[in-house]
Amino acid sequence: MTLLRPRGRALLVAVAVLAICLILGLVTGAAGISPRGVVLALLDRLPFVSVDPGLTPAELGIVFQLRVPRVLIAAMVGGLLAIAGAGYQGVFRNPLADPYLLGAAAGAGLTVTLVVVFLGGRAGVIAVPVAAFAGAVGGVLLAYALGRSAGRGGGTATLVLAGVAVTSFLTALQTFVQQLKVEELQRIYAWILGNVGGGWEEVWMVVPYTLVSTVVLLLHGRLLDVLSVGEEEASSLGLNAGRARLIVLLAASLATASAVAVGGLIAFVGIVVPHVVRRLAGWSYRIVLPVSFVGGAAFLVLADLIARSVLAPAELPIGVVTAFVGAPFFVMVLRMTKGVNT
Amino acid sequence: MNGGTSNGVEVRGLGVRLGEREVLADVGLSVAGGEWLAVIGPNGAGKSTLLRAMAGLIACTGEVLVDGVSARSLGHRPRARLIAYAPQNPLLPPDMSVYDYALLGRTPYIPYLGRESARDREVTGTVLERLDLTGFASRRLGHLSGGERQRVVLARALTQQAPVLLLDEPTTALDLGHQQQVLELVDRLRLADGLTVVTTLHDLNLAGQYADTLVLLAPGRAVASGPPKQVLTEPLLARHFDAHVQVEPGADGRPLVRLIRPEER
Repeated sequence: MTLLRPRGRALLVAVAVLAICLILGLVTGAAGISPRGVVLALLDRLPFVSVDPGLTPAELGIVFQLRVPRVLIAAMVGGLLAIAGAGYQGVFRNPLADPYLLGAAAGAGLTVTLVVVFLGGRAGVIAVPVAAFAGAVGGVLLAYALGRSAGRGGGTATLVLAGVAVTSFLTALQTFVQQLKVEELQRIYAWILGNVGGGWEEVWMVVPYTLVSTVVLLLHGRLLDVLSVGEEEASSLGLNAGRARLIVLLAASLATASAVAVGGLIAFVGIVVPHVVRRLAGWSYRIVLPVSFVGGAAFLVLADLIARSVLAPAELPIGVVTAFVGAPFFVMVLRMTKGVNT
Repeated sequence: MNGGTSNGVEVRGLGVRLGEREVLADVGLSVAGGEWLAVIGPNGAGKSTLLRAMAGLIACTGEVLVDGVSARSLGHRPRARLIAYAPQNPLLPPDMSVYDYALLGRTPYIPYLGRESARDREVTGTVLERLDLTGFASRRLGHLSGGERQRVVLARALTQQAPVLLLDEPTTALDLGHQQQVLELVDRLRLADGLTVVTTLHDLNLAGQYADTLVLLAPGRAVASGPPKQVLTEPLLARHFDAHVQVEPGADGRPLVRLIRPEER
């Protein structure tokens, strides 16, 4: 009653923003296809709609084989990173938690690189996601253990500092591994800096992981609200807090891993989006999780649009765009949470 | 003493180790249903640890029985329907509303992936009304005064509808008037609902005035227990608090503890 109305409204706004971003992302590109033609071509694909977009087969190919999968991947990666960030923030009760800053992304990056380097072409559809998941969970647990051992009184920043240390270390390892196989360097390098320019194959690879992790996270919205009073009090309220936190942690890591496996290392989406959502729509994870997913999707589609427009026809890595927006934002959140202890 | 044994709480041989340190050893206590027991003792005696162990929040040895049922053998949710707990410094998410916070007390009645029912909202509304918090329902927790915070925490514990209420220093950081208001409120609720109340209280006079039974903890052990008159005695307080005090019966017959300054100045 108190929650559902603002949630519906916030979701509606987020979906509208996403729709606008998706259309912008689809009509923009180096090929100079008329936006009207793109929109008509998309409408033509709807059931019971038949219009003539007036595009050449080559142009149609660009729209449906390049642009559509590209914005879909950007949307999924953005949604996953944002909802993973929100999930980690709930688990650690720390608004600065982010898949990248926690070491989850770097962990996934390392294991994916290992798989690509040592299995090469045999890496395949199964090994990459599994490796990414294991790496993401490993990275977070390492950061968490390190943060705890570094001292309990350190507040919200300790976990992030530990995460940054873990990220640096794992990234160094990853660089070492990738240098072992120089012929793969170009490929890995492009992927590391963030890249959503995959095809339909990548889209279908992420869809199942997106579904599973997102559904599990969304189901835990109320429990994350209960956890916001602290693990011990949540336990006294009848919640198996340890189990709930573990499930959310695993789901957020799966989301991170899927995002990293297709999109590379993209920082700050997981901080920026949930924070904006909280400011605008409310504290409850029942709002923050779904709206962050939609908002994160819109954010990354827009970031990708900027990444391929500013230096067109050259492309900027998308991670550069998110860092450019996200880093100043991070400082802002840090200032606002000063003095808040975990 | 009132003969009612339902919802009585009994603790037997309770022990807690934190790492190498034995924080509590062989602690026993017993409180009849509907009565108030206060745990007193010097700093570091393990008062809060005892409450947390009774609430099932930390690993311990021994038995905690509610109505003869071992609370430790219960799952999280059934236990939370039996025992409500409010810590000394509850964590109040600043943006959460009073209503939503009180509603958290319904957690033990909601299935793992379920959501609040109309009944949960009804109970929460009634509790807020009883505690004069209806006007605060949409107020954010970050915008409450100390006395209001304490009442809101109490509201959350009450929506749990548990017959046993464990309150860790419910008067911390409250001024004199608010201390009295909170304890009077707890007492009213106890009498109205037949709640069994266990509190830690560092203020010996408050403990003596409100509780039916006192348990004196001195590093990790229950060294005395009984009605206030038997526990708040000059020799016991001198020995375990290392304090120079005078104890006199007050107007209601309950003991009043007064600090005496040493002679030499």
